[in-house]
Amino acid sequence: MLDELLALGDTVIAKAKPGEQIEAIVVNERDTEVRVFEGDVESFTSATSQGIGVRVISDQRQGFAWAGSLDPDVVATTLAEARDNATFGSVDPDLAVAEPDGVPMAELDLYNEAVVNFATDDKIALALDLERMAGEGDPRVMLVESSDYADSVSEAAVVTTSGIRIGGRDSGSYVSATVIAGGDDETQIGFGYSVGRDPNLLDLDKASSMAVERSTRLLGAVKPETGRMIVVLDPMVTAQFIGIIGSTLSGEALLKGRSLFAERLGEQVASPLISLVDDPTNPQAFTASEADGEGLATRRKMLIDNGTLSTFVHNSYTARRLGTASTGNAVRGFTSTPSVGTIALSLTPGDRNQADLIADIDDGVLIQGVSGLHSGVNPVSGDFSTGADGLRIRNGELAEPLREFTIGSTLQRMLLDVIEVGGDLDWLPSSAAGLSLVVGDVTLSGA
Amino acid sequence: MIDQAVLEETLATATQRGGEFAEVFVEDRLSSGALLDDDRVEELTSGRSRGAGIRVLVGESTGFAHTADLSEAGLAAAAKAAADAARDGNGGVRTVDLSSTTVASPSPIQIFPEDVAKQRKVELLQVANEAARGVGDAISQVAVGYGDVRRRIQIANSDGLLTGDDQVKTRFSVSCVAVGDAGMQTGRESVGHTMGFELFDQYDVTELAAKAANRAITKLNARPAPSGAVTTVIGKGGGGVLFHEACGHGLEADHVHKQATVFAGRVGELVASPLVTLIDDGTMSHEWGAYAIDDEGRPAQRNVLIEDGILLDFMWDELSARRDGRPSSGNGRRQSYKYLPMVRMTNTYIANGETDPGDIIADTDSGIFVAQLGGGQVNTVTGDFVFGMTEAYLIENGEITEPIREGNLIGNGPEVLTSIDALGNDFEMGSPGTCGKDGQGVPVGDGTPTLRVPALTVGGTAA
Repeated sequence: MLDELLALGDTVIAKAKPGEQIEAIVVNERDTEVRVFEGDVESFTSATSQGIGVRVISDQRQGFAWAGSLDPDVVATTLAEARDNATFGSVDPDLAVAEPDGVPMAELDLYNEAVVNFATDDKIALALDLERMAGEGDPRVMLVESSDYADSVSEAAVVTTSGIRIGGRDSGSYVSATVIAGGDDETQIGFGYSVGRDPNLLDLDKASSMAVERSTRLLGAVKPETGRMIVVLDPMVTAQFIGIIGSTLSGEALLKGRSLFAERLGEQVASPLISLVDDPTNPQAFTASEADGEGLATRRKMLIDNGTLSTFVHNSYTARRLGTASTGNAVRGFTSTPSVGTIALSLTPGDRNQADLIADIDDGVLIQGVSGLHSGVNPVSGDFSTGADGLRIRNGELAEPLREFTIGSTLQRMLLDVIEVGGDLDWLPSSAAGLSLVVGDVTLSGA
Repeated sequence: MIDQAVLEETLATATQRGGEFAEVFVEDRLSSGALLDDDRVEELTSGRSRGAGIRVLVGESTGFAHTADLSEAGLAAAAKAAADAARDGNGGVRTVDLSSTTVASPSPIQIFPEDVAKQRKVELLQVANEAARGVGDAISQVAVGYGDVRRRIQIANSDGLLTGDDQVKTRFSVSCVAVGDAGMQTGRESVGHTMGFELFDQYDVTELAAKAANRAITKLNARPAPSGAVTTVIGKGGGGVLFHEACGHGLEADHVHKQATVFAGRVGELVASPLVTLIDDGTMSHEWGAYAIDDEGRPAQRNVLIEDGILLDFMWDELSARRDGRPSSGNGRRQSYKYLPMVRMTNTYIANGETDPGDIIADTDSGIFVAQLGGGQVNTVTGDFVFGMTEAYLIENGEITEPIREGNLIGNGPEVLTSIDALGNDFEMGSPGTCGKDGQGVPVGDGTPTLRVPALTVGGTAA
């Protein structure tokens, strides 16, 4: 299939007129998804999706069009639309498709045939087993609201008139369970998962025990008093936090005056404990990839090095505008032009596990989950405020569960207020890895 | 879009291995967008997505497949895949006779987006950009976005239903950054309606731009928001997000079925202040969440969910309604043909009250006034919800005083609903929203008059 996608890209760029630059991204994806409920299959979805995105740069103007079909007629119309759209863009001499930059592509093993060969009955069995295990995981579990298995195989090609012609494919599978625990007076919900490129290696024990623990340990939660506090961010929360930090380090935010870290290169912006890396060439990362959205090789970059801001990330356009080189950070799907973003973030881990971190804290809160990050955090101003639940830490041990409170600070302060980085690095199903992070002096708003 | 005979054949294929219900959902979506940022018209984008989703119900199981291939063979292959996925042993030949019905759209379109010259759309962006930058030197960056979508759908099912809808939406947004001594702040304003380019007969883009710019500039002087429980007055319009999160999701029948909501089993009970009448209304003409039929072919309805504080009913899609032996309430929606439908809100709002909004402020000794809300999120199992405040002020001695910085508010749905102690007479619908649930986003509207909650927890940083 990949050869067909590349060949289709070839036919599109072959239609370039003199002086015209064209980039085609062509995608094919196969998915299955099984959801079970109370011992039966609730839904089973199987599907193949395809699409193409065409970017045209002509007379220093850019236009784009996409379609969810690879029919030749549709592809021709898409190219014509992109061409027409280009006539309405502003003149910008820096517009161009990416040029090959000679950086070699990492060879990553992101595709596993096991996903394709995994039998339908086995997929259903995994979801059913997970449901049963989660249901039996604790007497306080009332209901397994959903238990899912999902997998996908995706292939993508990028072909440009500048000589880029690359294709890649990857596979993934995951299981997840959502558990409701409690009784008549009170219920709590918890989520657990396991993810991997080979479905035979999915860890149902981990997924079920995680969902059970996260729901049951919140039973009896109370609203805490307002005050300033040391917090320990659970790995899933840390991943979301560093994802937001990553968005402030995009070359696009920098170029357009929307980065709160503009003018801070080379300065200390975080605790010396913080080393933030974006490394899509690490095959352990869920979002590892060999090429970025413009077809350039991805690469490893230290964004914050022992607390010092060391680089922003760029695609070819923001790099050109700012007189630097692309860092291979064009991100996009086939329905959009390449923007800029981090791809696979992680913090350099410390030495100690979460229990050891907690053991040193007399009075604090473990933040198990956050909600409303999209509405309460402003990556331009740095204001940070999010709903949260978790557990009180007293005298080095987890104590009563807490709910209906918020934690607030600014992104700038939180980075500086990091007290310790945990050693419990976990490659989550997201574009950022998690680990436990201890942050001092966060405002906790409750009763 | 697809011939009746082909749809009948597809439904026959879908039910060849058995099943109580089968459905073909066909969608053809044309979209266009234009973005101006950093003083440049960065791009015009056109998108086309067309395909069909086919589902087969067997007992409590649903088999689903989708395809972008709308040929007879493509539909047959998807129908077979859906039938295989549902896996019923009790097959047989089944014929379906479709009878076509049409439902009048609550949102007739005057100017279809494809009939508007692209240059007109670009000009709107430029006008708004200049207007925003003209508001003051503090405005350092402006992004302006235009978008339209025309979504034609067709639904046929094994009950013999054949129907369709033509939905057009147009939106416009302005986002500004202002720079001051204490850093950067942002301001945003957006409008969107289920209508065509006539949207711009209703709205002046220079006014929208000025609102966004002024919002950013105002916040430059904002103080850190208070933290802890404070009396909160929610402004008219966008404050409807509060109810979308505080109880809307909890009133979706699929959550009720799985006991995943605090409102399960409470129909007929007082669940809110007697001031509160909550309505979900897909028929609201030209509102962002309006349609003639839902994505299962059922006519949109005006559903009174809570009346004078008493819970009357939940919202239902086909699947949850079948399970309970009652009709759907027209709330079955999906992001696209690639997804199964679910129970979703449409336009959710609180009916008007009787109090002058000025009196509500004057009657509040100290607290905050939230003029614009961001998005929110709810845990339907506990009822705890959050929503962001993107424009807010302190209330001191009955007067709105200084602006405060952004943050989230958190509350518990059932507690907040019962505690509302003042409701204004200034009802308005808010900005267009996208509601996310189980990975699917759909357009929704919400609205409210000014109202007061005696205690919401504000997630600020001020002690």
